Amino acid sequence: MAALTIARLTIREAARRKLLLALAILTVIVIGLTGWGFQHLTTLTNPDGTPIPSTELHLATSQVLVLVEFMFSGVLALSAVVVASPAISSELESGVALSMLARPLSRYQVVLGKWLGLAALIVIYVAGTTALELTVVGLTTSYVPPRPVGLALYLSGEGIVVMSLALLISTRLSGMTAGVISLVLFFLAWIGGIAGAIGDVFGSNAIKNAGTISQLLLPTDALWRGSVYELEPVLYRTVLGATTERAGNPFFVQSPPSAAFLGWTLCWVVGIVALTAWSLHRREV
Amino acid sequence: MPDGAAPPAPPVDGEAVRTLELTKHYGASVALAGLTMVVQRGEVFGFLGPNGSGKTTAVKLLLGLSRPTGGEAWVLGRPAGDRATRRRVGYLPELFRYQGWLSAAEVLGLHCRLAGVARADWPAQISGALTTVGLSGHADARVETFSKGMQQRLGLGVALLGHPELVILDEPTSALDPVGRADTRTIIRHLRDRGCAVFLNSHLLGEVEQICDRAAVVSDGRVLAIGRLDELLGTGGVRMRLTGLNETGRAALARRGALAEHEGWFVVDGVEADLVPELVAEVVASGARVYAVEPVRQTLEERFLALLDAEHARWRR
Repeated sequence: MAALTIARLTIREAARRKLLLALAILTVIVIGLTGWGFQHLTTLTNPDGTPIPSTELHLATSQVLVLVEFMFSGVLALSAVVVASPAISSELESGVALSMLARPLSRYQVVLGKWLGLAALIVIYVAGTTALELTVVGLTTSYVPPRPVGLALYLSGEGIVVMSLALLISTRLSGMTAGVISLVLFFLAWIGGIAGAIGDVFGSNAIKNAGTISQLLLPTDALWRGSVYELEPVLYRTVLGATTERAGNPFFVQSPPSAAFLGWTLCWVVGIVALTAWSLHRREV
Repeated sequence: MPDGAAPPAPPVDGEAVRTLELTKHYGASVALAGLTMVVQRGEVFGFLGPNGSGKTTAVKLLLGLSRPTGGEAWVLGRPAGDRATRRRVGYLPELFRYQGWLSAAEVLGLHCRLAGVARADWPAQISGALTTVGLSGHADARVETFSKGMQQRLGLGVALLGHPELVILDEPTSALDPVGRADTRTIIRHLRDRGCAVFLNSHLLGEVEQICDRAAVVSDGRVLAIGRLDELLGTGGVRMRLTGLNETGRAALARRGALAEHEGWFVVDGVEADLVPELVAEVVASGARVYAVEPVRQTLEERFLALLDAEHARWRR
């Protein structure tokens, strides 16, 4: 199938251009540093010199882990945008696409192949970093988040959503422009999610609805919140999450995304990929 | 226009390309204005024109890379852009670029896969293409290390994969040295010998003159002339160095074609080659002394420029 050929080509390009190697080296360094930090956390004591109880240590670890995963989520989103933004536009501009599109393959197959290859890269990156980070955290603090697989799925989903958006824009605009637009929208969605939660706390339907709309238009923030939910110990939510003041906090989540929202996100991705294929199909080469 | 009136649709067997009033507009700009032509299977067809005349636009329409504003086109008997037909077409773009992070053999392997070449045939196809274009010693070198000329050779190799029935070459020698150009001409002749049609898009007139069976001259998206090269170039003429030419001799020359005199040379346009001995005999019989007789043949470049001048003069009127 031609789409799989394009997908393999996309992954091979990432490997040949040393993208995977660079990410792997940097990830190992960062995880090494965070491992040192988590190890240091276990040596902290109360002001009177008594050791911190393991429950409190796990709570603190879970919060620091949320921050670390937030960093990885940011790196993932930025990397996904940087790789996806020129994925189609650069090949159209350079002429690489000319000889390939003259072959008996449809532009739908090209888009599907690119998307599959990039999605596979995202899943590989998320699976690798999550497994390594959680292993280091487990070894240093004995803390294991409640649902690590769910965490990886939400993070992958977030990366795939922003990558899909960048790929769509890449069919019409240069890589640089597509990248800037995608990142601005990504951060707007993040702020929109926070604003929506604040609107919920203060009973402002207008702000709450604006947040909901931003999450529907670009579901990245809601997926990030899903990954936070998967990282939080149940105890943390029941004891500390009862106060409504925490609802606007992007690093605390009371409930996971609804099944309806996840269904919408799936439809969003399918729709964007279809729109990308249509956009490339209509484009003059 | 030697080929005469517009050919009727639909295409008939034996045709590699047929277009009928093919037009392409980009907004208010007209890239192609009613292109009508036929390219037969097994012939080398030159598509000539100055920069911006619509040559590359025509190629992109034939390959389905771009959609026509009007008119129709068929490639190998099927509507232009038909996906299955593209399996039987090889293409070297004018703006050639291949994945620099792949080796030459990997690029060819990729195109074997995309062109639907049977897996078992890949090794022979790849090594054959590399040998044909003179890159067999660079099979494993990354394309990003290639010179522009080597990349163009690779592009030619890519176009030859899968035994195409039609090969479209868009300025195939723009980056090649004289040896590379000669090699390309040899490859094109081999393609013709095995019955493959070659659509050669070029503004290098000498190249076209050497290898093309037929040609079309286009300007501003219009066909100015189309036909066999000898038809396009006309019957030529003869020039003579003479002394003692009297009125009888001058009348004999003028009867054969348009007569012009320049620094002792008398040039008669439009004289068929087999009539030259008879003409010389008449001039000698009239009392003139003949020192030299040379055939005059219009070059493709002269014909090309004359066509463009005529077209521009027509627009000025």
